[in-house]
Amino acid sequence: MSDFYFSTQQLTVGYDGVPLIHDITIDIARGEIVTLIGPNGSGKSTILKSITRQLKMIGGQVFIASEELRKLSYKDLSTKMAVVLTERMKPELMTCRDIVATGRYPYTGRLGILSAQDEAKMEEAMAAVHALDLRNRDFNAISDGQRQRVLLARAICQEPEIIILDEPTSFLDIRHKLQLLSILRGMAKQKGITVIMSLHEIDLAQKISDKIICVKGDHIARAGEPDKVFDEDAIRDLYEIDQGTFDPVFGSIELPRPVGEPQVLVLSACGTGIPVFRRLQKQGVPFVAGILYTNDIDYRLARVLAMEVIEEKPFMPISDAAFNRALYWLDRCPRVINAGVEIGETNKRMAELIERARGKF
Amino acid sequence: MPNQTEQGARSAFLNENLRRRARYQLVFLLLVAALVVITVLNINTGSVAIPVGEIFRILLGQAKDSAQYSIIWKIRLPRILMAALLGGGLSLSGFLLQTFFGNPIAGPFVLGISSGAKMVVALTMIYALHFFSHVSSWALIVAAFAGSLMSVGFILLLSRKLKHMAILLVAGIMIGYICSAVTDFVVTFAEDADIINLRGWSLGSFSGMSWDNVAVAAVVVGITAAVIFTMAKPIGAYQLGEAYAQSMGVNIKAFRVALIVVSSLLSATVTAFAGPISFVGIAVPHLVKRALNTSKPLIVIPAVFLGGAVFCMGCDLIARIAFAPTELNISTVTSVFGAPVVIAMMLRRQGGRAA
Repeated sequence: MSDFYFSTQQLTVGYDGVPLIHDITIDIARGEIVTLIGPNGSGKSTILKSITRQLKMIGGQVFIASEELRKLSYKDLSTKMAVVLTERMKPELMTCRDIVATGRYPYTGRLGILSAQDEAKMEEAMAAVHALDLRNRDFNAISDGQRQRVLLARAICQEPEIIILDEPTSFLDIRHKLQLLSILRGMAKQKGITVIMSLHEIDLAQKISDKIICVKGDHIARAGEPDKVFDEDAIRDLYEIDQGTFDPVFGSIELPRPVGEPQVLVLSACGTGIPVFRRLQKQGVPFVAGILYTNDIDYRLARVLAMEVIEEKPFMPISDAAFNRALYWLDRCPRVINAGVEIGETNKRMAELIERARGKF
Repeated sequence: MPNQTEQGARSAFLNENLRRRARYQLVFLLLVAALVVITVLNINTGSVAIPVGEIFRILLGQAKDSAQYSIIWKIRLPRILMAALLGGGLSLSGFLLQTFFGNPIAGPFVLGISSGAKMVVALTMIYALHFFSHVSSWALIVAAFAGSLMSVGFILLLSRKLKHMAILLVAGIMIGYICSAVTDFVVTFAEDADIINLRGWSLGSFSGMSWDNVAVAAVVVGITAAVIFTMAKPIGAYQLGEAYAQSMGVNIKAFRVALIVVSSLLSATVTAFAGPISFVGIAVPHLVKRALNTSKPLIVIPAVFLGGAVFCMGCDLIARIAFAPTELNISTVTSVFGAPVVIAMMLRRQGGRAA
């Protein structure tokens, strides 16, 4: 037996017996956060629906704590697995507390009457998601962020070992996204609850997940730890990005660069260039940036927004090659922008460059 | 400091809990009081007026040989009990169908279930009478049940294709029309002797109930209602939608079948005895849930049953006395009171959506 808490073997999923994605083999340890990413309609939800048994699996096997999913009764599964779904429900006349209370379903008696212990668990779950003050509010009358937290509290007080969430951050603003994900992270690390979810925000996925699974076409395109999965080309392929770029280092996304004969040479260092690059990008003006050390923060952005970046190795004096290239562009560009360059021991030649460009500012 | 606000929230919550419990008790108390008052009024009023003191004496089994005794015991009492039982059953059936379809306007009448029952009952009454001199109430219930299931089955088939609630309701109404057309067709070509019973029945009425009828209805409605009460827990889970219910451990397929069977059985029983009755199944659950301000099945189920009983007894009283000695159809009265409730409900929902 493996040490993994949750695993799938050659799982094939789809609708009505028609396979959509096949050979899904995933191993997840207890307390890990695993995120499915991939373009719209790639089948992330289909996979999640299959492992929560809303959809019939077409082939392969799923194991939870070394028990086969198909052999578990719904009742047994309900004490191991809780879900937060995308579909928006509109329950009638139910307070948030009523919603959370449904999480205790597997533990209450024949008529579902809550015991003092159930109440305590509900309190605890609501406290964990900062939703205690919502207790008596009508579920239909609260905001999306609050709703998502209440649904998470519902899942938590079901006392599962694994929680499955289908796009939990949709409809949430940035503050609530971060809040929700922090709660999930805390839960996974402190209580050892395994989390499997799908996210649209690849930048957030990269930051919260222990493992990333890229779903594309009829198979899993890539899977593994975020730093292995997230390289620029992989993301470009996965989402078929043809406009703009995704920078895996900080998970930032950029619109496409302006293309054409460079009109401006931007001289900058240590972040002074960033607002200038963005402004030129918005105005649609093609530009060249330099001379940037490859460890400069300006460099990361210039790389994706400028027509060309005149670069230099970190901590080295500016070489003749770079300097001459800068002079070449200085000559050709009608305009030069000096965004502000701190002159130091290694980059003193920048001072000379700025001096030479004086007439074009 | 945060601890203090925490405690404040906790005590506010406990207060709210108490307030809610008090509200439930008040609603139940009012419903029971209304039940008693309407029962007395119902026994009291009619072409023969009987003083209240006399009523209690008769109910206690005294003055057995008076004409009033037989009026109460043979005519009024069975009718009252029947109105209560069938009204409760009909409302409960409506509540279940609303839960099932996740739609507050679903109900046995709207979805064509009553009409389906009516059609099969009519066919049974007309054709069975050729072979048997008497059709038992059990046979009528079976016929009505078959008709109900037929309509429900058809709607379920459609509901797989039609996700939109308005269209589903239109489909139900159309099924209702088709069944009514078939019924009318059969009645048109039937011999007069065959349809004497049918005519009064198909318009809906609680009149002419025998103690045998009451016994059969009590057994069927009583058992079904008790079963439904024990299903309160999964019904509560189902209110969050099927996917959530399943994740809580409900066996959805079995539950769905059970829900459809019991709700059809209830509306079939009602139709078999009293004919199709409109709007009760929608209006009563809605009013009761509003009054209780909750949709918790454990509380709503008994309250809806009581509410349905009170509503139908009240409507029956009005049907009897409004234009006495002429009696109105029960549906005439339930529509007058029920339809405005439904309209108000739709306006409210529409308003809620716009906001």
